[in-house]
Amino acid sequence: MSAPADSLLALKQAHPLVTDRPSLDHPALDVPADQVVTVLQSLRDQAGFDFLVDLTAIDQGEGASPRFTVVYHLFSTTHLSYVRVATACPGGDDATAPSVTGLWPGANWHEREAFDMFGIRFTGHPDLRRILMWEGYPHHPLRKEFPLAGIETTLPDLEVVAETGTKVIAAPMAGGPFVASPGEINLTDAEPRAKDESWNERNEKPE
Amino acid sequence: MATEFAFPEAGAKAASAAEQEFQTEKMSLSMGPSHPSTHGVLRLQMDLDGEVVTKCEPVIGYLHRGDEKIAENMTYNQFVPYTDRLDYLAPLANNVAYAIAVEKLAKLEVPERCQAIRVISCELARISSHLLGLGAYGIDVGAWSVFLYSFTEREKLYKLFEELTGARFTTSYTRIGGVARDVPEGWTDRVNAFCDQFLPILDEILALLTRNKIFMDRTVGVGVISKADAIGYGLTGPNLRGSGVPLDLRKDKPYSGYQNYEFDVPVGATGDCYDRYLVRGEEMKQSVRIVKQAIAKFPKGPWYATEAKRIFGPPKDKVLSSMEELIQNFMLVTEGPQMPAGEVYFEAENPKGALGFFVVSRGGGVPYRLKIRAPSFCNLSILPKLCVNTMVSDVVSILGSLDFVMGECDR
Repeated sequence: MSAPADSLLALKQAHPLVTDRPSLDHPALDVPADQVVTVLQSLRDQAGFDFLVDLTAIDQGEGASPRFTVVYHLFSTTHLSYVRVATACPGGDDATAPSVTGLWPGANWHEREAFDMFGIRFTGHPDLRRILMWEGYPHHPLRKEFPLAGIETTLPDLEVVAETGTKVIAAPMAGGPFVASPGEINLTDAEPRAKDESWNERNEKPE
Repeated sequence: MATEFAFPEAGAKAASAAEQEFQTEKMSLSMGPSHPSTHGVLRLQMDLDGEVVTKCEPVIGYLHRGDEKIAENMTYNQFVPYTDRLDYLAPLANNVAYAIAVEKLAKLEVPERCQAIRVISCELARISSHLLGLGAYGIDVGAWSVFLYSFTEREKLYKLFEELTGARFTTSYTRIGGVARDVPEGWTDRVNAFCDQFLPILDEILALLTRNKIFMDRTVGVGVISKADAIGYGLTGPNLRGSGVPLDLRKDKPYSGYQNYEFDVPVGATGDCYDRYLVRGEEMKQSVRIVKQAIAKFPKGPWYATEAKRIFGPPKDKVLSSMEELIQNFMLVTEGPQMPAGEVYFEAENPKGALGFFVVSRGGGVPYRLKIRAPSFCNLSILPKLCVNTMVSDVVSILGSLDFVMGECDR
């Protein structure tokens, strides 16, 4: 398995700013953000890493600089090995990273997800929209400052607001898992129930 | 990627014929999120010209539960039940993939018996998942009876799962460093008996579809994915192999002792819906082969990493009678299995494709970041390209052949 090791060495010679990244399994590289597209392209075309298996981000925490790291995992269908490429995104809370949709069309959804969850803007992405959360959602849930319980947000659908009178989506796990609402509310009262409560098994339905 | 994808002939012909013969009407159609052919809560926002799809935009996220966020807030073992709910049609395979990923982080080798148990449960999960995929696909394209046969077989598998794990559906069977319990007495014999009676029934099930004129009309030449596209969009599993790429992580990056078993990797020739169906059918036969080999040389010995005292819990009877084990158990439950700092990426060949876990640890019992690389998510990302210029009824056929699970796609 010397071929991938050789090609990674050649890559590091061609790009002097590329350094080794500590890793417990596969070879890993740290690449400056402005070189990441060319490095990934030469990994794809010269080193045979033709399969982008995963693209994701790591939040180093509020106040860290640079705050977000984008991580690519490539696989080679010819010499069957992985390589991890990481790049620290310039910018703090509104980080940017170059899009690799030009190299792999499959990066499209991965980058949308990273944008949705972390708020990283991928420059050159053809269609950077939220993918898992709904359009207009104000937060980026995988950021470290976002609480596990969630944050109360306004209901996006005006028809639902008009029909139910509910204006907000409650934080899904406020008060911890399995507790419907925090504070003084009796748990029996907080349970989900039927909209029309004028009748039940004890009181008959009014005619 | 450089090579352009050529649209399936049948679809293109249908499009031009439709243009000539009918005054078509442009409309926009929202299919799903609650539509029987979208297998869960996938929504397709489509633009139609008559019956021909001109634009297809999948809308996902209806089943998003924030599993990755949840993982950052609990210990490694506590997350095992959440992996059940990713690909909920093969929870055992998810359990195993997750456990191996975290064990890589801990640089922990599990004993041979544990590996064999995991291989058997993974392959049974694959059979059960493909059976559902097959049955549901049959219904999608109008062959009801397949579903009845395949669900009868799944029921037998569920009985075996229940015996092994205590649950039919949400198994939560693995622990970091082992499995929850050893196999019950006589279980392997019953698995063997299942395999023996399953093969002829499988042939019968497949015979309902393989040369079925209606089924072939609906699938042959429909939804063709080229090799380059399959790789470019990150397709894995039967969808990738259906396009003729012989990539199977069990063969190419063997884990859990898969290198000790003989099996073949079926690949498709044209990459259409029919090929993906054929690949799944053959994979079940290969799974049976693996299970039978694993049972034939089922190793004796410990079924969890006995030396990893900071990772795998002590036997229950010892916890209640010995001080040292009590403390060990207490630390494990409250602090979680202790891991070194570092980054690990592992993917396993699941029924739906390569399920990957990227674990970033800063030491301790809770991951700093856990990314789940869901095969269904990647497999669906090709839809905007695949569905254009096909008929609406072909979309149903394509969706069924991709065999996705939204629990995993939305996480």
